[in-house]
Amino acid sequence: MFIVIGIMFGGIAIGYLLRKATFLKHIGKPINYTIILLLFLLGIQVGSDQNIIRNLPLLGGQALLLAVAGTLGSVLAAWLVYRFVFKKKEEKA
Amino acid sequence: MKGSLIVVLFFALGCVLGWGLNLFEITIDGDLTRYVLYLLMLQVGISIGCDKKLGDIIRNIRPTLLLVPLATIVGTLSFSALVSLVLVKWSVFDCMAVGSGFAYYSLSSILITELKEASLGVQLAAELGTIALMTNIMREIITLLFTPLMVKYFGRLAPICAGGATTIDTTLPIITKYSGQDLVFVAILHGILVDLSVPILVSFFCSL
Repeated sequence: MFIVIGIMFGGIAIGYLLRKATFLKHIGKPINYTIILLLFLLGIQVGSDQNIIRNLPLLGGQALLLAVAGTLGSVLAAWLVYRFVFKKKEEKA
Repeated sequence: MKGSLIVVLFFALGCVLGWGLNLFEITIDGDLTRYVLYLLMLQVGISIGCDKKLGDIIRNIRPTLLLVPLATIVGTLSFSALVSLVLVKWSVFDCMAVGSGFAYYSLSSILITELKEASLGVQLAAELGTIALMTNIMREIITLLFTPLMVKYFGRLAPICAGGATTIDTTLPIITKYSGQDLVFVAILHGILVDLSVPILVSFFCSL
């Protein structure tokens, strides 16, 4: 895990030092290509696994449950912060 | 939205190719994925480091604004942990690792597949990675579809927290429209901080 985070912070340092270089403004494009390549490789890994392909509807159901739960939890927490911090400030202002 | 469709398309293409390769009993070296992942992390880091908005944003941070990304993280992780009571197949930390994607589906799914391989084995790690991919794509879609309702019932911060890491790119336009112009800065700051937290929290929960 430390390799992945270390590489990212190394990248932040490089990006900061080279922030004047104009070619880095276009880093968004190569990132998209890398993401597409990685998802393609992940797809190959998933597709070559017969168990996962058979279980895909089941995995989708589990994913939906996690997605709804995560979204609901963050929306409720957002409501608390809005109700007790942000709205009070707006009322004062 | 178009970007996510392309990603899903390539993932599906990969699935078909992998299925075909499996028929001929050809396997692909897993190390390749790892090195491409390192390349991605380097690029993500560089893009954060050279972003000119970064300096302005760090100077303008007020403590109350940090409550918004904190709400996203605490709310998501606690409810993801609860799901592990229903999904007995996965541990509480597995569920929290999936939740830590905060809609950043590409990075979270790849990290989980790679980092979980050691403890869960190749097949279960790929299953959890696939769940992470679908969960976090669904989260982005839920935010895009339900932002108006979220604002109506849970206040103007709700779609920002629901959008997770995407509030800096794909969900920013719709959030601006329904939460209001004055929260654009909050949404961008939130997006940057949650973006940063994804690799850190996903790796952390994968290591537990």
